[in-house]
This record gives sequence, structure tokens and C-alpha cells, in this order.
Amino acid sequence: MDTLEDIKATFFQECQELLADLESGLLTLEAGAGDSEVVNAVFRAVHSIKGGAGAFGLDRLVAFAHVFETTLDEFRAGRLDANPVVLRIMLRAADILTDLVADAQGAGEADEVSAEQLRLELQGLISGPTPCSAAPSPPEETDTMGFVPLQVCIEAPPQPTGWRITITPTAEMYGKANDIVPLLRELERLGPCATTLNASGLPALDDLEPEAAYLSWAIELNVGCPREAVAEVFDFVEDDCVLAIEPLAVSAAAPQPAAVDIDIEAFLASALSAATPAQAELTNPPPQPAPKVATAQEPTRELSVVPQSIRVDLERVDKLIDLVGELVINQAMLAQRVAESGFVRSSAVAVGLDDLEQLTREIQDSVMAIRAQPVKSVFQRMPRLVREIAAATGKRVRLVTEGEGTEVDKTVIEQLTDPITHMIRNAVDHGLESTATRLERGKPEEGTVRLAAFHRSGRIVIEVGDDGGGINRERVREIAIDKGLISADAVLTEEETDNLLFLPGFSTAATVSNISGRGVGMDVVKRSIQSLGGRISISSMPGKGSTFTMSLPLTLAVLDGMVVTVGEQTLVAPLTSIIETLQPKANEVRQLGPTQRVLAVRGSYVPLLDTGLILGWRTEPADPLLGVCLLVESDGGRAALLVDAIQGQRQVVIKSLEANYRQVPGIAAATILGDGRVALILDVDAAIALQTLPAFPTPLALAS
Amino acid sequence: MIEATSVTGQPGRELVSFRAGDQEYCVDIIAVREIRGWTPCTTLPQSPNYVCGVINLRGAVLPIIDFNARLGRGATQPSARHVIIVTHIGHRLVGLLVDAVSDILTVADGSIQTTPDVACDTVKSFVRGILAVGERMISLVSLDRIVPDLELEAA
Repeated sequence: MDTLEDIKATFFQECQELLADLESGLLTLEAGAGDSEVVNAVFRAVHSIKGGAGAFGLDRLVAFAHVFETTLDEFRAGRLDANPVVLRIMLRAADILTDLVADAQGAGEADEVSAEQLRLELQGLISGPTPCSAAPSPPEETDTMGFVPLQVCIEAPPQPTGWRITITPTAEMYGKANDIVPLLRELERLGPCATTLNASGLPALDDLEPEAAYLSWAIELNVGCPREAVAEVFDFVEDDCVLAIEPLAVSAAAPQPAAVDIDIEAFLASALSAATPAQAELTNPPPQPAPKVATAQEPTRELSVVPQSIRVDLERVDKLIDLVGELVINQAMLAQRVAESGFVRSSAVAVGLDDLEQLTREIQDSVMAIRAQPVKSVFQRMPRLVREIAAATGKRVRLVTEGEGTEVDKTVIEQLTDPITHMIRNAVDHGLESTATRLERGKPEEGTVRLAAFHRSGRIVIEVGDDGGGINRERVREIAIDKGLISADAVLTEEETDNLLFLPGFSTAATVSNISGRGVGMDVVKRSIQSLGGRISISSMPGKGSTFTMSLPLTLAVLDGMVVTVGEQTLVAPLTSIIETLQPKANEVRQLGPTQRVLAVRGSYVPLLDTGLILGWRTEPADPLLGVCLLVESDGGRAALLVDAIQGQRQVVIKSLEANYRQVPGIAAATILGDGRVALILDVDAAIALQTLPAFPTPLALAS
Repeated sequence: MIEATSVTGQPGRELVSFRAGDQEYCVDIIAVREIRGWTPCTTLPQSPNYVCGVINLRGAVLPIIDFNARLGRGATQPSARHVIIVTHIGHRLVGLLVDAVSDILTVADGSIQTTPDVACDTVKSFVRGILAVGERMISLVSLDRIVPDLELEAA
């Protein structure tokens, strides 16, 4: 990849983040919670996209971003109210901007017509230019296409070879969060500068007023640019400082065009990412100086809040995670060897090893944190989806999200978008009733779709729920019979009926809308979740709504596990799924049916499952009285898993079985223990399901 | 008439020959990553009889296939004298449990004979050709069929 392509890729990555900021900012404003900081953030996002797009010559993107930015600027200046109508247009503008970015990236198609329409709407928001005394009104309002290279030509007056600028900021200027550094930096962009600091006004330390301004600067700018260009740099501070701009000398040099690219943010951003986009920008027509008016005060804030971050190739992080995994295993093995060689606990070797263990664990936690990301990045895309579907179906929908901060490995996050998108689509399109029906049923006109994420049993659980009519089981049954998925006389429980939705080619919508009926059924969702080692289930209450719950592993995360013995094998059970462990007594174990046993736990009976039998490690049921029971919580309620003995609790590194082999039923993954042997990690839910699997009727077996 | 046409490759390619049960086989040396002694496996539930289980290969979880059992010739009772040939199969690493590794052969393509028609289907899908080395008959094994259901997801 050549350098420019590299930078472009970085730009698109940044765009994703900026678009996310933009949308969340607008949503905050919509909720009435925004302050000027949020407005600025929104503005900055659009501006940065425009700046970058200009550098890469993405004209359509620039044109749209420009109009959007102009409108936002009006908004920022307080000339436009944050009323719902305005914000709705802005949110849609953000959607279009997202499309345009995707289009520019070659990853999607932007709808030209709606972009144009929205551009007109945005322009319509600005009801004529209102001159403002504080800042010069942006001249680009008349030029909606923007970004035509503007050559400012100075006519007759002779051109000075440079400028001497003296600036003495007042405390006021600092008080407004302006800083001298960005100004100086910007001057340097005009041409070579010689800057001298005059600190003669600085009092003795005792007399120093911490918030007062004492310093002044003298800058010699050795470039023959028009005075306006220089003055513009100080546009935002000139009222708060003593400023003098004098010509250095006069020459009869030909007028020079003001080909100055003052797109500060883009420049700063590029400077910060240590890339070379400045070159790229120079090869493109420089943007109008005008946008600078709006951003001249930005850099100070930017500089003070820029989070220190770097972009790292995911492959490198993966490699690091793998290596740290090895380190953890090696450390555990070493510890075991040392323990075996009979060193006393207080010996230097043992103490040193303890420190090593501590360190190892800290390194591991830190490394894992690099790749863990909150699901927010996925959740953020959903409000737009809901808006679009709501608009298309004529329903009023409110999306409630919970647990946005729930962290999960990046590799999982990437896989979450499609299933969630599909389930949300389903919830709005099929789940919620039409507005008329809702009112008829005495429900609030506005339907609610709930999207929640949380951790449970060492997995991440995502719930998508609606407060609609619930699954119409009769209808589901009819369709299944119609399509020949079940026989007409099949007797299905409610749960089994609900699960019919996951059968390939099943669609409950009476008419296939272009929202849900995109040729992707719930079966595809189920398959994609299963391929991630996840599961999906439905619960539905007639008249109250339905909830889809999917649970996924936090791949590659380390796991706190309970190491147990089953037969001759060592097994790890995720600690998070274990409620308690108990030693069954004879009177607590009861026979139920021909082979099933239950365990009485403080008055309630839970199924007693023999882990060795389930996994096929023994053929005869073990004696519960000789073993230990792990009381676990699973998707299908509580159960007691019988194992032979408990060895202890340990943090283990998850190793994929799929990498070299394949998924094994009832087993989540593998790990390597202190003795160097591979131990399997039990998938509690799947193991329990395994026990009941043969009882499934045929169509459901097909679906799974 | 027997003609060596079924196997493509460089003339003079190198093969690793090994013993499993009472027969000799060989695989292309390119596919062999290492050869190591037997270490006890962790058995996997719900797996075919020829999958011994998994072992730890420097941090990777390596499935072990009992080669003899895979060919339908009875399970091997592994002991310290048995060896595991770690092979690349596609993107995966798979260990083959065999009795012993005999030697490394350099053979010309012309000396590889096609598998005679008498063989049963199982053998035919694994054995790509036959080599005659002195008195010994060595079957050239194609590894990509050894674990045919690897791609089958348990979903």
C-alpha cells in the first residue's frame, strides 16, 4: 500500500470514530442534555471529516459536509435553535454523511437524491446570513459547493516581504481557553517565523498572580503574505490581546496568492498521527480560508484534551496476547516444578516466584484490556437503524440501551453487528404492533425496543426486547405447517413453537417488507451466532412482547475457573457459572423417572447431572455420595453437576479447540494447566443441553 | 500396466516414512513440522474413535489422530515408544500417532506407482500411491483426507 493509501485508510478509520461522536453528540442534544461542549464536538467531527475529505479530493463528501458544517456553525453561534425539527434533520444529515463516507470508501452506496434533498433542508435551516459582530460571518454561505480553490489576489499595493507581529495576551485571552502556542504554530504555517519571547514583564515569584498574563511575543514572519492572512490568525483573540502587525519592509514583488491551507484541525490531526498528510493536502486544491473562521479557537481545546492514543495493527496485539498466554502457562508450570522440588515457602526462589506470578497476572490483565472494547461501538449504530425502520414502517419507536460499557473482545464485537442489526430490525418491524393497534390495546403510542448487554457466566449476553404483541404462536404454527416444517398433528410446547422461528426459510410477516424480508431469516442469525460459539433463545409473552437473548463467549479472555476431576480427566468449570459447591448427602439425592436424579438444595429440587456421563468419559453413573456437586446457573435454570473432586480455583488461558480441531459439544475451549497437560473448559449451558438433546423433536434438531 | 501418473511434484522429492501397525507409510516431508515422543492425551468427548485427544504443543492445542485406527485397522495402545508426527494439514496442525518413524526417502516421481484397484475405499482415499523400496512396500499417504470431518462444524 502506498503512503497516500495508508493515510486514506487512517482517515476512514478516523471517520468512523468521528461519525460515532457526531451521532452520539446529536443524540445527547436531542435528549436536551447537551451544552456548548457537545455542540463543539459535533461541529469538530463534521469539520474534521470535511478537512480530510478535501485532502483526498472526495468532492461529494466535502460538498455535503460543508453544508452540514455551515448549518452546525449557525447552530453553534446560537443563531439556530436546538429544536426537535432541527435535530431530526441533523441526525438524518449525519446518516447521509455516514453513507457518503462509506461510499467514498467503496463500502456502500450513497443515495444521491436524499443527500441532495437533505442538503436543501440544511440550507433551509439557515434563514439568511445574520451578521455577527464577534466573528465575521462565513462567506461560504453563498457558495454551497465550497472548496473551489480560492485564489485571493492582492491588487496594486506593494507587497511587504514580511510582518513583524507583537502580541501581548491579556489574562482574558487565557481565560477563554485560548493559548498562544496554536497561534504561533499557525503563523509558522504561513511562512518561516522568528519568535522571541519577551518575559520582561514577569514579576518576582512572590508577586506573581497565577492567573494573570505577563508575557508577550514578537514574531518576525518572513513571508510576503497579505496582512489579512496574518490578521486572520488572531481573529479570535484580537479583542483579548494587544496586537500589532507591522510590515517588515516593502518590496515591489508581484502579488502572491494566498494559497494557504489553514485547515488547522486536519493539519493538527495529521501532525499528531505523525503521518504525512500535509504533503497530500498540498497536492490538492487548498480549501477556502473561510472555514478557519469557525475553527480558529479549536486548537487550544484540541490540544488540551487529545487523548494519547496510537493505532496498532490488531495482528500485533493478537501476537502479544498469545505470548502473554504462554508466559502465564509457563509461569504456572515453573511454580509447580518449584513446589515439587521441595523449596520452602519462605525461600528466595519461592518468594521471587510469587512476585513473578503477580507481575504475570498484571501483564495479562493489561494486555487483555488492550483488545477489550465496550459494545458501545456496535450499540451506537442502532439508533439510526431504529430511526430508519421506524420511519419506513410509520411506527414510533424509542430505543433504550443498557450496558453499553460492557467490554468484550474486539474479535467478538465485530461479529455482533449483524445479528444485533437483524434482531432490532425484527423487533421494530415484526415485534412492535402498528401505532393504531397499540392505542387500541391501551399501550403507549411509542413502542420501546430494549437493547442490553451484560456479563453472565463468563459470557456476554445481549438482549433485544420489544414491548409489542409477543409471538403469535398460532400463526407460527400455521406457517410451519404450511411450509411443511412440522406435521399438522405435531404437539409442540410453547418454547418449541417459538424456536420454529429459527428454522431456515421461516418468516412470520404476512407481507415481506423490504425491512426484514431481505432474504435473511432468523436461521442465519442463529447460525452466525453458533459459529461464534454462542447461543440464542427467545422468550415471549403474548401481549407483552418478546425478548431475544444471545450469549456469546468472551473469546480469548482469561477465565477464572474451578479445576475439577472427572474420571481420569481434569476439567475446568467457569467460576462465574457456579453458584456453590456442595457434598451431596444420601437423603438429598432422589430418583426421578427411570434414570434421572434430582438433588434437594434447601428445599428445592434441581436436576443432578453426571458430568462424566454427559461427556462420555464413563458409561456407568457415578455415586453422588463420593463426589462433589457444582450448583450451576444456566440458560435453562439451575442444575447440579456431579464431579469426582475439586482441585482448586485458577485463572486459565483460553485456548481454541477450533484452531486445529473443531468445536466439541459441551466443551467451550481448552486450556493448559500447570502440569503442561491440556484441560478442557466445560461449557455449562451446552453440557446441560447435551443431556436433554435427544429429547428434541426432529424439526428442532434440524434447526440447531 | 502400472504407470506413475497420479502423483505430481518435483523429481527427487523427500518423504518421511513411518510404521503404523504392521505396515509402512510415508508422507511428504514438507507437511511434517516435527516428530516428538508420545505424551498422554486429554480425551475429547463426542469424538470419533480415531481421535486420541489433544496435547499441549508449546501452547497450541494439538489434536492427535491414531493413524492405524484412522485407516480402520484397530486402535493403537500408545506407549512411551510411540511417536507423534506433527503435520500441517491446511491451516491446522495435527498430530499423527504412529509406531515409529523409519527414515527419510528421496524418490523420483517415476518410482511412485498408482494404488492398485484392490484396495478398499478407506485405503483408497488416503493412499495416493505405492513405493517399492527393496523388499518393503510403502504407501504414500495424502494427508488432506486423514481428517475429513475437520471442516464439519458441530453446529
